Amino acid sequence: MTLRLESLSITLAGRVLAKLDLSVAGGEVLTIMGPSGCGKSTVLAALIGALPRAFRMRGQIWLDGVNVTQTPTHARRMGILFQNDILFPHMSVAGNLGFGLPKHLPDRAGLIDTALVEAGLPGMGARDPATLSGGQRARVALMRSLLSAPRALLLDEPFSSLDSDMRASMRRFVFDRARARGLPVILVTHDHDDARAAAGPVVTVMGQPVKDERPRL
Amino acid sequence: MRAPRGWSLVPWVSIAVLALPVLAGLAGVIAPAFGYMPALGGHTVTLDAWRATLGWPGLPAAMRLSVVTGVTATALSLALTILIVAAWQGTRSFTWMTRALAPLLALPHAAAAFGLAFLIAPSGWMARAVSPALTGWDRPPDLLIVNDPWGLALVAGLVLKEVPFLLLMTLAALGQSDSLRSQLVARSLGYGRITGWLKTVLPRIYPQIRMPVYAVLAYSMSVVDVALILGPTRPPTLAVQILDWMTRPDLSMRFQAAAGAVVQLALVLGVLGLWRLGEHGVARWGRVWVANGGRGVLADHSLRPLAAMGALLIGAAVALGLAGLVVWSFTTMWRFPDLLPQAFGLRNWTSQMGSLGPITRDTGLIALGATAIAMALSVSVLEAEARGHKTHAIALIYLPLIAPQIAFLPGLASFALTLGLDGSRGAVIALHLVFVLPYVYLSLADPWRAWDARAGLSAQALGAGPWRVLWAVRLPMLARPLLIAFAVGFATSVAQYLPTLLIGAGRVTTVTTEAVALASSGNRRLIGVWAVVQMALPMVVFALALVLPALLFRRRQGMRIS
Repeated sequence: MTLRLESLSITLAGRVLAKLDLSVAGGEVLTIMGPSGCGKSTVLAALIGALPRAFRMRGQIWLDGVNVTQTPTHARRMGILFQNDILFPHMSVAGNLGFGLPKHLPDRAGLIDTALVEAGLPGMGARDPATLSGGQRARVALMRSLLSAPRALLLDEPFSSLDSDMRASMRRFVFDRARARGLPVILVTHDHDDARAAAGPVVTVMGQPVKDERPRL
Repeated sequence: MRAPRGWSLVPWVSIAVLALPVLAGLAGVIAPAFGYMPALGGHTVTLDAWRATLGWPGLPAAMRLSVVTGVTATALSLALTILIVAAWQGTRSFTWMTRALAPLLALPHAAAAFGLAFLIAPSGWMARAVSPALTGWDRPPDLLIVNDPWGLALVAGLVLKEVPFLLLMTLAALGQSDSLRSQLVARSLGYGRITGWLKTVLPRIYPQIRMPVYAVLAYSMSVVDVALILGPTRPPTLAVQILDWMTRPDLSMRFQAAAGAVVQLALVLGVLGLWRLGEHGVARWGRVWVANGGRGVLADHSLRPLAAMGALLIGAAVALGLAGLVVWSFTTMWRFPDLLPQAFGLRNWTSQMGSLGPITRDTGLIALGATAIAMALSVSVLEAEARGHKTHAIALIYLPLIAPQIAFLPGLASFALTLGLDGSRGAVIALHLVFVLPYVYLSLADPWRAWDARAGLSAQALGAGPWRVLWAVRLPMLARPLLIAFAVGFATSVAQYLPTLLIGAGRVTTVTTEAVALASSGNRRLIGVWAVVQMALPMVVFALALVLPALLFRRRQGMRIS
């Protein structure tokens, strides 16, 4: 699987916010870095097809050789994780996991159970998501996204709301699973540690390579 | 991603539902005011109706009463609302006060008015509490406290209901204004709590509550049911007089009623215009006052207790009034000046059972019908907006709240009469919808827009199409505000007096028309029975709206109000 952004540019009232021309191979993590407010999240909104009306996008988005530039969000098959886990509060943990599972799959319950085990929450499907810890919720959100069988994964600062000791294990959890499924991943962050853990190319929203700088303490 | 073209029509359906009846009704009073009403034999344009209306000797006094009571009630309600928020926002008492708002809002105007009448009447609890010890009265004094010629009781009855309404509107506006931090900054600069709030928050809040204030002003100047219960009688307010002309058996009086309705409309528009000018004046003076550096620390000492007293007084008056209604409905004998009846019984209730059952059912059905349609329309307008089809014309949703009912309902009733549509439950539901829809829409719009759009985006990214996002994610997550909006709509429908009376044409009645019809009878026991049912219906629905989500989502902490 490959995600390719072909001369993609996003403008707001004539001002260029982002300019990217690159491709991400399956199992690879591309990091887009920059301070907050530079338009990183706007790039992800454009990639899933939810760019706010005020913005203009040019260029093409290719997923597995298919041009998805005009495909509506729900048919694009790009998973996204936000800074907060955005689990649906009115559903159980299993309800959340099952939401993205295609309807007529055989043994939905079995798939949900397996996902619970993989998230380290065996048998906890009936739980209220609000009663889980931050790390558990983040893992459920990832498994929910993976169960919908996406062809690419987009991460919008998904580790920044976690405690620092939780962050490293969560990074490993996410990247390992994306690699195992051969998913191209785009990670948006302002945290150099995230970029280092991703171990892939790092660019700015303008597509310039970023050098690894240790934050001065 | 822009939704298909059809969605752009959605808001216009709602606008048409609201605006067409209002405009048709206005046309329907202006034509007969000039003598044109073929159904009643008026084929030529004449000024007879105007001569009759302007020649009515009570007109100047009725007009003056409408203006004075309407403006006084609005100014008092607004001042008290602002004072309460400025003096107490951010405190625990304030949180407690906002919790008490829902039942106050659910209460129909007429029930609150009856409660107040029973409380302050010469034979009411207030007089009984101090008699004969302080007053020497051993029988109810012959005083005109209710229906006083100055309209003071009417003003009080309006303030009871309008302060909670304006308070709710102010709270909604405060949510978007960072008011607590502004006040904190002002206080750290040495300003008193109230002065700091007035100088930093009010200028931002007022533009947002301007429409509700205009609605209160237009309503207070033209209200009929509260004026029938508490207002002066000789002459009554203009609105009550128009209704009197409207409902005379002599149909030719309808021309005069139409001319009266035009006068009422002009009066309301004129006063709204003057109020707008007054705003400019206050703003000009306010800009100087804000900049003059006065800290107003001392004002807090006297104004904070005053605001608390105002709020308590309203709460106590409503609570005691309603308790009085309940007690009267079970009273068989109650001598003056005893504080409690000598004998209780179910006689008042059993005597009404025959009509109480069917009319309560009709009231409920009408309210359910109008509210269900209003919910569907409101959700479709908001969903169309979410899908990129927004129109500024949706501001017209305020039209039925600003246009005085008594100014356009007579015209609409005449059309319905001509077309043979009056007197059916469907017609009453359709007309209630005009007033239910704005309240449902307004109470739903803020929570709908405040919903975290990322939940919808997450659902879409998981493969859910727009309809599944709506049904499986957005509506369930908004269950609580949806139910509250439903309860607001239901309460609005139950409370409608004039629309039910004029379109129901006596063949469709609700608990409200029955209760208000008893107002002049002075039969406290029967009024008690009907007013209790009138207040209980919306209260029950409100209680359900609060309890239901708590039950449905009892195992979902994320669905609780934070």
